Amino acid sequence: MSARPTLIAGGVLSGTVLALAALSLVWVPHDVTALNIAERLRPPGGAYLLGTDQLGRDMLSMLMVGARSSIAVALVAVGIGMGAGVPLGLMAAAARGGWLDEIVMRMNDLIFAFPALVIAILITAILGPSALNAILAIGIFNIPVFARVTRGAALSLWTLDYIRAAELAGKGRARISAEHVLPNIANLLIVQATIQFSLGILAEAGLSYVGLGAQPPTPSWGRMLAEAQTMIYTAPRLAILPGLAIVLTVLGLNLLGDGLRDALDPRLRRAAR
Amino acid sequence: MLRYALTRLLSLSLSLIAASIAIFAAIEVIPGDPAAYMLGLNAAPETVAALRDELGLSGSVWARYLDWASGLATGDFGISYTYRVPVADLVAQRLAVSLPLAAYALALSTAIALPVGLWAAARRGRAADLGIMAATQLGIAVPNFWFAMLLVLVFAVKLRWVSAGGFPGWEAGLGPGIKALTLPAVALALPQAAILARVMRSALIETLGQDYIRSARAKGLSRAQALRRHAFRNALIPVLTILGLQFSFLLAGAIIIENVFFLPGLGRLIFQAITQRDLIVVESVVMLLVFAVILVTFLVDLAYAAVDPRLRRR
Repeated sequence: MSARPTLIAGGVLSGTVLALAALSLVWVPHDVTALNIAERLRPPGGAYLLGTDQLGRDMLSMLMVGARSSIAVALVAVGIGMGAGVPLGLMAAAARGGWLDEIVMRMNDLIFAFPALVIAILITAILGPSALNAILAIGIFNIPVFARVTRGAALSLWTLDYIRAAELAGKGRARISAEHVLPNIANLLIVQATIQFSLGILAEAGLSYVGLGAQPPTPSWGRMLAEAQTMIYTAPRLAILPGLAIVLTVLGLNLLGDGLRDALDPRLRRAAR
Repeated sequence: MLRYALTRLLSLSLSLIAASIAIFAAIEVIPGDPAAYMLGLNAAPETVAALRDELGLSGSVWARYLDWASGLATGDFGISYTYRVPVADLVAQRLAVSLPLAAYALALSTAIALPVGLWAAARRGRAADLGIMAATQLGIAVPNFWFAMLLVLVFAVKLRWVSAGGFPGWEAGLGPGIKALTLPAVALALPQAAILARVMRSALIETLGQDYIRSARAKGLSRAQALRRHAFRNALIPVLTILGLQFSFLLAGAIIIENVFFLPGLGRLIFQAITQRDLIVVESVVMLLVFAVILVTFLVDLAYAAVDPRLRRR
């Protein structure tokens, strides 16, 4: 299968969600903080494209603002993971086999034993619930992922001749890592970032569903699902729509990741087949 | 093999100690005195002091850590601040729901994913393979707790085959207990199975390109026979890795999904404990979850060595 259709489908799906989330910063069809009991549980159509929820809020507007919080949390969490994980991975690879490498990798193993949910539980117990917990928990979870991917890819580069040449030319390890290693693993990191982004969206939904993420009145997809649960007999639509939003976003990002991997690195494509 | 197991066991113990220190330190930074909190504003200082002793809150940080850690090792998790019963009893009751749920889901997802992955690999590039790949792509994108809600919607609300949640307790018998866990286990298992099936398929396709498969074909085995007898076992290594990694997702998923089905498991316990600031329960349950993940990593390492003797020497 050629990379193109996957890349295009993924790009269109994630692009649409991103665009709607960005649009919600300046415009939404209806105000999501205004409660309007008279308009509660309207079916889709008319002034409310996707209907209203149990408090009379417009579902489309809620979903748009929810997209914004999901994307913000997942994006910052990827930033934390890359910001800490990539330098750690580069350092470990540059010091390959040494004590620094050992320490970084053992720390990684340790963080790996703490699932994002467990980190979120700990942080919530300490600081109380907020969207920040979700960001920190998912971000910390991302660190060892990026450190591992970076180290693995960088290690294979360190054996190559042009890196040897740079060493002979008198460049330090840090400089070689930044100038020669990083640019050559950038593609791989972009693909990994897409994957972690989509995992982050899923994790954020789970955390806000159990109340460890965004707090009311901020709309978030996970919280919308939690609130819809009691309404599942009377208004199943309220439980279906936010879930569909999550699925489409994650599907889009995964397809984009697959497409990017194939487009950026033909060698990986052959391995994946 | 024994030496390999012992080295892994040593690293398991070190991880456990490091994790317990990290968790203890995290809870330690929280300001406030649980004893004073429990007794209210009007409590006499002596009563608070007595309760602090009873809860094991007096003494230096190191003494308290050692007390807590040695308690953990012997199954004494301390006394819950809010329930006033041993944490170990609370946790044991809840584990009797969460652990079977996670195990049930793990068994289901493996039972579904391995044959599906094998089938897709054997029909690589044909309609069945493309269909399976598309379905798994979708499965990966579905949050398990939402899938759980959809299952409730279909099987409990529309078809009325099962009740929407709750747990009768194992006292009611094995049958009703398993019935109550089936929908949650399916909800947990299917999204995991999607990932596992993809890994199984690509691992099989990778091994199918190896020379020994060509030799097996050359000596007269059919493609399907070579797949089953030679490729399957070699493809198990990446599958085991993913199974081990998935366990922590499965555990976290079980905790979240308990909320959808109102199951009295660890998840409900820990979320209540957070709102009631019952920190000793939070601390113990978190430690237990981390212990489970570390233990599974250890078991996966041993399983590698059992599947692939080459790994024992490392």
